[in-house]
Amino acid sequence: MNDGYASVMPANAYNWTAVWRRNYLAWRKVALASLLGNLADPITNLFGLGFGLGLIVGRVEGTSYIAFLAAGMVAVSAMTSATFETLYAAFARMDVKRTWEGILFTQLTLGDIVLGELVWAASKSVLAGAAIGIVAATLGYASWTSVLCAVPTVALTGLVFASLAMVVISLAPTYDYFVFYQSLVLTPMVFLCGAVFPTSQLPDSFQHFAGWLPLAHSVDLIRPVMLERGADSTAMHVGALCVYAVLPFFASTALFRRRLLR
Amino acid sequence: MNMSNVAIDLVGVRKSFGDKVIVNDLSFSVARGECFGLLGPNGAGKSTIARMLLGLISPDRGKITVLDEPVPSRARAARVRVGVVPQFDNLELEFTVRENLLVFGRYFGMSARKIEAVVPSLLEFARLESKADVRVSLLSGGMKRRLTLARALINDPHLLVMDEPTTGLDPHARHLIWERLRALLARGKTILLTTHFMEEAERLCDRLCVLESGCKIAEGKPDALIDEHIGCNVIEIYGGDLNQLRELITPYARHVEVSGETLFCYARYPEQVSLHLRGRADLRVLQRPPNLEDVFLRLTGREMEK
Repeated sequence: MNDGYASVMPANAYNWTAVWRRNYLAWRKVALASLLGNLADPITNLFGLGFGLGLIVGRVEGTSYIAFLAAGMVAVSAMTSATFETLYAAFARMDVKRTWEGILFTQLTLGDIVLGELVWAASKSVLAGAAIGIVAATLGYASWTSVLCAVPTVALTGLVFASLAMVVISLAPTYDYFVFYQSLVLTPMVFLCGAVFPTSQLPDSFQHFAGWLPLAHSVDLIRPVMLERGADSTAMHVGALCVYAVLPFFASTALFRRRLLR
Repeated sequence: MNMSNVAIDLVGVRKSFGDKVIVNDLSFSVARGECFGLLGPNGAGKSTIARMLLGLISPDRGKITVLDEPVPSRARAARVRVGVVPQFDNLELEFTVRENLLVFGRYFGMSARKIEAVVPSLLEFARLESKADVRVSLLSGGMKRRLTLARALINDPHLLVMDEPTTGLDPHARHLIWERLRALLARGKTILLTTHFMEEAERLCDRLCVLESGCKIAEGKPDALIDEHIGCNVIEIYGGDLNQLRELITPYARHVEVSGETLFCYARYPEQVSLHLRGRADLRVLQRPPNLEDVFLRLTGREMEK
């Protein structure tokens, strides 16, 4: 079929909202537990590393280590939140729960479903990122306006990592394969992209490589905003993140077509 | 049949996965308001045909038209007017019955008000009025199936595609589904039903197509198929030496078939056969009218697996 790929792309600009609202309804039933879970991990990291290491490290790039780290943690929590939502929850809806199958009986396309899932995962990233921001602002490590200004980048970061995780779940036969993505891709990214220490600490070749990674672009956008500094190459970072969000979207939709529509 | 009276039209449809041909040069046509059955054992290609009708998979060859829309190219437009009951329930288990209908209605672009307007009649239809706010995970298998049926009706479809709608249900739940499906047919809906359940096909279908390994081996009204291929009484005999029995009764039978541990004897005058079996305490003999099961056995030389 020549029009095979066209027919799985989003049918219009609003079909995806039905998928988003389905996920929102499911989330509302467990909202409290989900929010606490979202908060616990990054806040533990923030306090553990921030206060513990902060004492040893002192000031980093002209600010306290905990303020430096808080900005990195906003990006990391956006990344992990969108990734986990996609890897585990979206995978379950696609595979074991057959939720997607039911949706495909309606007038929605596979692209509508994937888009709805991506925006949903990004919404959860905003919650997770905002939670860290609120903690940082409450403790005086960032201003309330700067936290608010970081939200669009947090959302974009969520889209990027949901989109990348979509490719992973479109290929993974079972849950067991996700661990490779987590430990071989995500965890190294946390350390390579300047989330917990400045990339200038890395050897040159690593710095060069890290500059290509999506989390590096997120950190380079979020940290200057959170610390109220001028940002460099904003357009380039935003553009790179858009590419990281859009290309995997098309790739995963095409892969899902091969996996589900046969 | 003129075009607008045709709900489904398949012409020369073929589908294979790798080397395996799943559907082989299949053609059939379903009129609006008709209940059409695809009858065949597991692996006959029934579910693949259902998925092709929905445009979820493309045929390698052939032409499919559903509600006057070419499929798969305009499958999305066709699906707006189609309801689907899949073989395996894919309800939202953590949602209530009402929420399931709400969420599914949204997928069709229905407003909350429009969905709320149709939900009471759907709940009544599915006999789930008292369960509206119960979580689906707490429902019985029969209730879940009825909810799946109600969900398939949310967009007021012209055509229902049902893949094994009563598989796995107990007899009571099954009869309730059948009764509901007849109510839908009385309202003028078209139903395409796949089943490996002969009784279901006989009771519900106006016409049916018998499939084996992706090929159509017979098509017609259930009664006509039974008349054409069997057309006489059936005596089932269990026990004893089947080869010896075959020799004994063949002279009085139109046709004798052995399948597994059962001997099927097709005879115009079953009394003659019974006469020769009188006094055989080692045998269990059952005389009955012919059914689709016999047609399948006759056409394929084997019983349909259940």
